[in-house]
Amino acid sequence: MARKKREMPEMNTSSLPDLIFSFLFFIMMVTTMREVTLKVRFTKPAGTQLEKLENKSAVSFIYVGPPTDNLRAQYGSSTRIQLNDRYAEPKEVMDFIYQERQSMSDQSAQVVSIKADVKTQMGYITDIKEVLRKSWALKVNYSAMRRN
Amino acid sequence: MAKAKKKVPGLNTSSTADISFMLLIFFLITTSMDTDMGLSRRLPQPPQDEDVKEEMKIKDRNVMEVRVNAQGFLWVKDGTASGFAEIKDLRSRAKAFIKNEANNPKLPELHPKNIEGIGMVAITDKHVISVQTDRGTPYEIYFLVQDELVAAYNELRDDAAKRYFHHTYAALNDEQQSAIRQYYPQRISEAEPKNYGGAN
Repeated sequence: MARKKREMPEMNTSSLPDLIFSFLFFIMMVTTMREVTLKVRFTKPAGTQLEKLENKSAVSFIYVGPPTDNLRAQYGSSTRIQLNDRYAEPKEVMDFIYQERQSMSDQSAQVVSIKADVKTQMGYITDIKEVLRKSWALKVNYSAMRRN
Repeated sequence: MAKAKKKVPGLNTSSTADISFMLLIFFLITTSMDTDMGLSRRLPQPPQDEDVKEEMKIKDRNVMEVRVNAQGFLWVKDGTASGFAEIKDLRSRAKAFIKNEANNPKLPELHPKNIEGIGMVAITDKHVISVQTDRGTPYEIYFLVQDELVAAYNELRDDAAKRYFHHTYAALNDEQQSAIRQYYPQRISEAEPKNYGGAN
């Protein structure tokens, strides 16, 4: 009964890189790069009637809130508006919107997402809204979290 | 010179997996999959002429005013009542206002209209819900007011969709949705902010 010991055949791993590469491409498709470093801190309001932001390439973001903790000493704690990577005044929003629009393929689909802190005074938001109206960026989206 | 043909040794590809794993992890870290949610609204078009103040004549019964002051208190006025209100009551007030089921002469006028797909109906297509805020109003309260008003419209539209098409609004096709939108047109106006006292 002395049978010859058989060796376990090695598993063929040559397709493993392909598997991982396809997974990698999947991730690259469904995610978006984080574009900006946040310089303002904000807590989103909670709402019930929310819609998903489709077509991310047509979305421009405006952040409103007090400076983040590490910038507090330098800039104080009053509400700031962030466009791209820097603080801006409400009137600069118009240039920002035009710039963003230039880089979009479907310019009429432009949506502006306002990410504002819950404690922001409406004056800031209203100023932004007025500028948005003047620059014909009429679709806005007030960023929020889902609440049940 | 007949040398034996040598086989080219295969390239060792066992590390390709590791390399692609590292790429994968890099992308997992630097990208975000968080879906951005938010309340979608449409701003009114900019005034064509700065001097011409939009002075539309709207009958009092067609207007529901929602004012939010710098302390975040709501003051609601429609044809039937006016006074301070709670946010949680806003939705039902708005629904009653938009519907005007009993054809109350103090609530918005009902106009007969022929909507394709629904037929002849009486709707309050002239009503306006006007939201006025102070410069000091907290954004959260403004957002909640908007959310409640949009919720009121969405619930009404859902009801109408179930009544006429036996499905929820979201399940209807484009033509049916547009019919329902004509049945309950969303008319929320946002006036320029005023100072109701309290804010700088």
